[in-house]
Amino acid sequence: MAFFLETLLGGLMAGMLYSLVALGFVLIFKASGVFNFAQGAMVLFAALAMARFAEWIPGATGIDNKIAANLLAFVAAGLLMFAMAWAIEKLVLRHLVNQEGATLLMATLGIAYFIDGLGQTVFGSAIYKIDIGMPKEPVLALESVFPGGILINKEDLIAAAIAAGLVVMLTLFFQKTATGRALRAVADDHQAAQSIGIPLNRIWVIVWCVAGVVALVAGMIWGSKLGVQFSLATVALRALPVVILGGLTSVPGAILGGLIIGAGEKLSEVYLGPFVGGGIEIWFAYVLALVVLLFRPQGLFGEKIIDRV
Amino acid sequence: MFYRENGQFRTSYRADQQIFPILQDRITIGVLLAVAFVLVPMLASEYMFKAIFIPFLILSLAALGVNILVGYCGQISLGSGAFMAVGAYAAYNCLIRIDGIPLVLALLLGGFFATLVGVFFGIPSLRVRGLYLAIATLAAQFFCDWAFLRVKWFTNYTASGSVSVSNLNAFGWAVDTPVDKYLFCLVFLLVFALLAKNLVRGAIGREWMAIRDMDVAAAVIGIRPMYAKLSAFAVSSFIVGVAGGLWGFVHLGAWEPAAFSVDRSFQLLFMVIIGGMGSIMGSFFGAAFIVVLPIFLNRFLPLFGDLVGVQISTAAISHTEFMVFGALIVWFLIVEPHGLARLWSVGKQKLRLWPFPH
Repeated sequence: MAFFLETLLGGLMAGMLYSLVALGFVLIFKASGVFNFAQGAMVLFAALAMARFAEWIPGATGIDNKIAANLLAFVAAGLLMFAMAWAIEKLVLRHLVNQEGATLLMATLGIAYFIDGLGQTVFGSAIYKIDIGMPKEPVLALESVFPGGILINKEDLIAAAIAAGLVVMLTLFFQKTATGRALRAVADDHQAAQSIGIPLNRIWVIVWCVAGVVALVAGMIWGSKLGVQFSLATVALRALPVVILGGLTSVPGAILGGLIIGAGEKLSEVYLGPFVGGGIEIWFAYVLALVVLLFRPQGLFGEKIIDRV
Repeated sequence: MFYRENGQFRTSYRADQQIFPILQDRITIGVLLAVAFVLVPMLASEYMFKAIFIPFLILSLAALGVNILVGYCGQISLGSGAFMAVGAYAAYNCLIRIDGIPLVLALLLGGFFATLVGVFFGIPSLRVRGLYLAIATLAAQFFCDWAFLRVKWFTNYTASGSVSVSNLNAFGWAVDTPVDKYLFCLVFLLVFALLAKNLVRGAIGREWMAIRDMDVAAAVIGIRPMYAKLSAFAVSSFIVGVAGGLWGFVHLGAWEPAAFSVDRSFQLLFMVIIGGMGSIMGSFFGAAFIVVLPIFLNRFLPLFGDLVGVQISTAAISHTEFMVFGALIVWFLIVEPHGLARLWSVGKQKLRLWPFPH
């Protein structure tokens, strides 16, 4: 039982990280109907920027404090993501308004290639570390309930807390600010929003900025866990089943989907993997999402798809 | 002046239903075939065959298959790499497990098994469509990646996990030199292109297009969505599977599951969209573009670097390649979202009036 709980908790923590990436997908899809395949590349780019800035800043400015340097690097990387969001809107999306979904999807794939190349050209392609002072040692919990207690990774706990904080902040931003209201209006109905004077292009820039920040946070956490390297771009592929499971248009769906996928992956790997040769976690997530799709085509929390002729 | 169709009257239904009703088109195709069968084998170097022509032919075939599914039936699929893998591994297993099986039959059987897998993973298309379906088909991709890596039976228990095929022989014709391989692929491509062309202009092709344009309306006028969608998945994955077999057998010779990774799926989708969705011709354009572009960049980026006085390292070249590739794709989608095939038809239209546009 303790082992089961340990696996489950580990899975849930991993799932939290998936939802961080998934959030980026959902935000952009909701606001602009673009399925942003470049989210993984953005995560990699942001993580690379963060890691390299944290390296350069102490030398360039003489700031020796690690926390201050990391903060500065975070801000600088965030600004870079803003610039990228602005450039993407200005150079790509603006010219592709009213194109079909497939064309937009391809465009974001092209963007993904470009960002992958750009990031590695500018920041180098070695493996970098992000050191934001995450504790690595695990802690024991619930020792009174189970003999030996269960091991929890402190790093995962902090990551989950950061993710939860981000979600709360995003919710507040969406629900309580004027910009957030405009974003929701655009998500609901492009034309209606435009007709009451909401500038669509600016909204899209904002949404891509928010997605960029989400990518930065995801990149920071993933990067400090696994190191910043090219394979970080593939976390997007791990997060895709999360989005379809939760529904492409639902923020809570992304979180819950992430938790379900994370837990399902770990549990299946531990309890099912040995029978079929192991390494099943990648496709298990997809098959899980696929089964859900067969019964609920819009995902668990997505808006109902209504067919009109 | 040269490309005018007035005066070419069609007096029978047969004549009206030709694939190339215009005389000039028939001449062009004839010349192209002559070039492909005679001139290219005579002139091209071994490097050209290995790096450009053979990959181009096989990927055209695969793009053709993907185009049937994505371009004609409107079902976005990111699992094409997996169907290629199934075709390749199934053909490999047929070849080593069935004694004396002819090469062509093994390749076709590979296509058959790819069809089975394709139809199975096409079932979600009955419930979901668009982006959801695209992601659902990724399940096929990751499942197949895993299966061919972990299930040792598929790779005949080789220690390294990579399989190899040698001594290709089709009906007594030893396919071993690059020219032979080229011709072998060319024949396959021609047969399947003809087949595909006839399918898409027949009843079933029109059903696919109706489903693509609006599936609810198509169902209302009596087209069975299940039959139409699954048949598109079947035909598409058969062709893609055969292409996969050719890719493994003829182009690579020895391969690992990584040869058919998700990148391959993306690449095939790129070909279809850049070439032109819903166009047989477009598949060829797209494949040519995607095959030639990296080689071109690889060759000319260092030269360009020399020109501006910058020494570009190998790593930088590969990164710049990524960037240019991505930027070109975006640029292309912005300038011509309907693909190279559209440019082709625009060009033809212009040619009709040339040189007197008014």
